[in-house]
Amino acid sequence: MKAADFAYEKPDNLNAALELLAREDCDMQVLAGGQSLMPMMNFRLAQPELLVDLNGVSELSFIEEQPETITIGAMTRYANLAASDVIKEHVPLFQMALPHIAHSAVRNRGTIGGSTALADPAAEMPALLLALEATITVVSVGGAREIPANDFFLGLYETALQDGEIIKSIAIKKAKPQNRFGFYELARRHGDYAMAGVAIASTSIDPVCDLRIALFSVSDKAHRLPHAELAFEGENLDDTEARDAAFQELDDFDFRGDLNADGDTKRHLARVVLTRALETMMP
Amino acid sequence: MSQSCDISLRVNGETVRERVPVRLNLVDFLRNSLGLTGSHVGCEHGVCGACTMEVDGTMVRGCLMLAVQADGSDITTIEGFGEHQRAVDLQAAFKRNNALQCGFCTPGMMASALEYIEAGGVADRSAIREHLSGNYCRCTGYQSIVDAVVEVIGERAAK
Ligand SMILES: Cc1cc2nc3c(=O)[nH]c(=O)nc-3n(C[C@H](O)[C@H](O)[C@H](O)COP(=O)(O)OP(=O)(O)OC[C@H]3O[C@@H](n4cnc5c(N)ncnc54)[C@H](O)[C@@H]3O)c2cc1C
Ligand code: FES
Ligand code: FES
Repeated sequence: MKAADFAYEKPDNLNAALELLAREDCDMQVLAGGQSLMPMMNFRLAQPELLVDLNGVSELSFIEEQPETITIGAMTRYANLAASDVIKEHVPLFQMALPHIAHSAVRNRGTIGGSTALADPAAEMPALLLALEATITVVSVGGAREIPANDFFLGLYETALQDGEIIKSIAIKKAKPQNRFGFYELARRHGDYAMAGVAIASTSIDPVCDLRIALFSVSDKAHRLPHAELAFEGENLDDTEARDAAFQELDDFDFRGDLNADGDTKRHLARVVLTRALETMMP
Repeated sequence: MSQSCDISLRVNGETVRERVPVRLNLVDFLRNSLGLTGSHVGCEHGVCGACTMEVDGTMVRGCLMLAVQADGSDITTIEGFGEHQRAVDLQAAFKRNNALQCGFCTPGMMASALEYIEAGGVADRSAIREHLSGNYCRCTGYQSIVDAVVEVIGERAAK
């Protein structure tokens, strides 16, 4: 199908974009990579009256290195992230996950801000940001707010973004030499949305300190596993009691099925991806 | 009333100026307004890859970009790849290996294959399959397509 009619604006700077977004007289959406919004519009699942194209706002496309953090502009595309030496060196978890996000032509357009704002339960990016305890900066004409990833993803396609606000950038702490990361997903075909996946970050693993486990494509949104994280604290990654506690948490977890798999299958796959991701992290 | 915009872009080396409705997507513009029917339209939601084409040096889905977004861009479609010698060997290898039957997927498949080859991709079958995973072919079973790409990588390396 074809998109329903809409009005189109392509501001060339952030302030102009925010002014447009402050308008209250029509139903609008911002267009980033278009790799989710355009399909939704073509299927008429989305019918904005006004489309505000952010592709002319070059100040939203950057990867910036500071002493402790890496800050990434919302319009930075997956392909830019994958090609960046700064990301390779300082955000190794992205490096592990990016090849699994969609296909090359989609990664050439899709943006980190678009995926974060969409909060698709099957997407990798929200889980990566949860595991990395990233901070999301959102802006509107009224000013900026910084939101920890833990408070940003609220539910199925639901985030802390309010009307008139867009994501400006995402800040991630640089990895230190003792930090360890793990990533694993199961998909029917490479590049398809995962049937289940997990992203893991840890301050150190010998013994485990500050483990963060984020599951995706198993429920309404990406979820951390707080009990499992606590059970591993001070132990080794192959500790069987901690693993049993993690599996117990999965037994109690509210898995939700989708077109690919029902809740019970997701529960099984969650065990598989968690076990395999932890294995890849073992010394 | 539909909003329209004037756009000016280069398509396969030629300058084009047109007025387009903003809701018109890029692949429909190329096919219906310019008569460049090489790029195909399958799913219109980014899944099949039949509309894959090059915009400013990167391969993208023509169904997920608006024509108005291509204002100022430099676009190459299968027609251009063939004409400008970038894919002559790939086209020959597709033919030799029976890497196409109905041909519906072929323009997009070649665009994705070219992206892999021109980026210096190696003749590793699983890496090639991974790269082409975003392009559906309902005829060949992919084996012969991978064969063709492997051959071209070998031929170009030997030059
Ligand atoms: C064939 C195919 C396979 C895919 N496979 C995967 C996959 O395996 N994993 C995965 O994670 N994704 C996958 N995707 C989706 C892809 O990652 C999208 O690029 C991503 O979900 C959205 O990013 P975008 O930049 O394209 O955003 P858009 O589609 O432009 O926008 C998405 C939504 O976010 C809003 N938005 C965009 N930017 C901002 C901003 N800065 N601030 C506030 N709101 C904003 C838009 O208004 C819209 O509602 C796939 C897509 C396709 C077509
Ligand atoms: S028509 Fe564009 S990907 Fe199928
Ligand atoms: S040759 Fe028919 S779809 Fe590929």
